[in-house]
Amino acid sequence: MAEVLVLVELNPTGEGVRKTTLEALTAARALGEPAAVVVGGPGSAAAATAQLAEYGAAKVYVAESEEVEQFLVAPKAEVLAQLVSDKQPAAVVIPSSPEGKEIAGRLAIKTGSGFLTDVTEIAGDGTATQVAFAGATIVHSKVTVGTPIYTVRGNSVTPEPAPGAAEEEQVAVQLSDAARATRVVDRVVEQKSSRPELTEASIVVSGGRGVASAENFSLIEGLADSLGAAVGASRAAVDSGYYPHTFQVGQTGKTVSPQLYIAVGISGAIQHRAGMQTSKTIVAVNKDPEAPIFELADFGVVGDLNTVVPQATEAITARRG
Amino acid sequence: MDIVVLVKQVPDSGSERSLDPADNTVARGSADNVVNEIDEYAIEEALLLKEAHGGEVTVLTVGPESAADAIRKALSMGADKAVHVVDGAIHGACAPQTSAILAAALQQLSFDIVLCGAESTDGQLAVMPALLAERLNLPLLSGARKLTVEGGMARVERQTDGGYWALEAPLPAIVSTWDTINEPRYPSFKGIMAAKKKPVTKLSLADLGIDPATVGLAMATSQVLEFAGRPPKGAGVKVTDEGDGASKLVDFLAGQKIV
Repeated sequence: MAEVLVLVELNPTGEGVRKTTLEALTAARALGEPAAVVVGGPGSAAAATAQLAEYGAAKVYVAESEEVEQFLVAPKAEVLAQLVSDKQPAAVVIPSSPEGKEIAGRLAIKTGSGFLTDVTEIAGDGTATQVAFAGATIVHSKVTVGTPIYTVRGNSVTPEPAPGAAEEEQVAVQLSDAARATRVVDRVVEQKSSRPELTEASIVVSGGRGVASAENFSLIEGLADSLGAAVGASRAAVDSGYYPHTFQVGQTGKTVSPQLYIAVGISGAIQHRAGMQTSKTIVAVNKDPEAPIFELADFGVVGDLNTVVPQATEAITARRG
Repeated sequence: MDIVVLVKQVPDSGSERSLDPADNTVARGSADNVVNEIDEYAIEEALLLKEAHGGEVTVLTVGPESAADAIRKALSMGADKAVHVVDGAIHGACAPQTSAILAAALQQLSFDIVLCGAESTDGQLAVMPALLAERLNLPLLSGARKLTVEGGMARVERQTDGGYWALEAPLPAIVSTWDTINEPRYPSFKGIMAAKKKPVTKLSLADLGIDPATVGLAMATSQVLEFAGRPPKGAGVKVTDEGDGASKLVDFLAGQKIV
C-alpha cells in the first residue's frame, strides 16, 4: 500500500500531539498508509509515538535535532523534502496552521509539486474539498503536478482511531545554510489560558461590539467556562479594545469550525462570518432582531445579552452540576 | 533602505464573490476590486521604514490591467514607484507559478527588504511569502506584528496563539505582516494628486525571461474540478427574550445533546 507522509504537530505542552495531527492522520488514510513524520528537538518523538500508533501510523520517521527548534519553519520543509525524495510517498498531509501552510509552500517548490491548502476532506482519488470565499463556495480540486501536498483545516475531519504499528525509523537531520536563515530567538507566552485553543475547540463562545466593554467580556468568559469552550471576539470588539487580537475570529483573524458556535452581541458582518460560517451549530444572542447573524443561526435569541447570558450560564452550570 | 512591497488586487471581501463558471478561476471582471486589506499594513510598514531609514518604496504587483487601481492606491499612500507585471498568459496561474513571476520581477529590482501581507482575502492560501523565500533563497520573517530593522538585521515579533516568537535574520529578507503591526494611513489629497505622476513600469512575461507557455491555467500545478454554492442553511428558530430566552436557549442546547 502506498505510503502517505503526515507531518506531526507536537503539543507545545510536551504532552503528545495536537488534535490537528490526529485529523491529518485520519484524512491521510483515504490515500494510503499513513507514515508520521516527527521533526523536533531531541526526545520529542517519545511522547508522541503511542498516540500516533493509536491513530494508524504504520511508521514514524523521527528527525530530531537541537537545530530544528532554533530556526523558523525551513528545517521542517527540508526534512520532508528529503523524505519525499527517499520514500516516494503517494502524498504529504500537513495540519493547516500558519506554520503548516508555510511548510507546504516550501515543500511544493523544493519537490516541484502542487498543493492544496485548508482542505476539509480528501477522497481516495486525491480530489480534495475546500471551502472558499468565507464559506460561501465549496470547491473540489486536484493537484496535477508532482507529489500532492495537502494541508487539512482544523476541526473539519473527525479523528478516528485505527491500529498502526508505528515502527520507528531515525532520519538524519542535515540542515542547509538556507534552512538556518531565520533564527527563533525566543518564544513568548503572553496569555496563559486554561481554555481550549480557539481553532481546536469543539465549542466557541464569541463576543462582539454589543458586549460594550472589556470588563463585560467576563460574561462571555463565564458562559464559555460553563461549556468548557474557547473564547473568541469579533473584529469590532478587538478594534474597540475589549479583547486581545489573538482571539479574533473572522476574515483577518482565526477561522473556526466548532461543533457549536455561540455569537453574542455580534451583528454578523461578512468579516466575521468568514471565520465561523462552517461551524456545525450556530447560536446567536443579539438585541437587534434584524442582525444578519440570525440568518446563519440555528437558534437565535433576540434580547439583551446582559440578562440572557448570565441566566444561560447559571442554567448550564446547574445542569452540569 | 530600499523596500519592495507586494500588493495584490482582490475582490472586496465585503461584497459578493464568486468563481467564474467558464474556467473556475476567481471572477475578477464582475467583482468590486480593492487592494487586499492586509497589504495596506505592509505598505504602511514600508512607508514607516522609509521615513526612519530613507530610501525608496517600490510597489510590485502581478495582475490584469485593472490592478493599476491597486497600484494607484499604494502610490497615493506614499510609495515612490511601481512595477506592474501584466500579461494575458498569466490568467489562471496557480500560486507556485505566480511566485515564479514575482521572483523573476524581484530579481530585476534592488531591495534590502521585501514586505507583503501574510495572506490575501480571496485565496487565503497564506503561502506566497514562503514560496518566494524558497525561490529566492532569502530569509523569511513571517507573520509579523512588529518589525525593527537595524545594523543590517531584521527583527520581528511573529504573532502566535497567545503570544509571539522573536525572530531575527540578516538583510536582505522578506517580511510578511498581519494587521496588528500598524494602522495604515489614508491617502491625502496631495498624495492622490502626486500618485498620478509617479512612474509605473509595465512588464510582460517576456520582459522577465519567462516563457508564456509555461504559465497560466493550462499549466497550473492544481486544478479546480468543480464548485458549488454552499447549500443554504435551513431557517433556524428565533425567539424574543421575555424572561425565558435563556432557558429556551439552554433547552435547545440540551436538545442538541450539548448540555
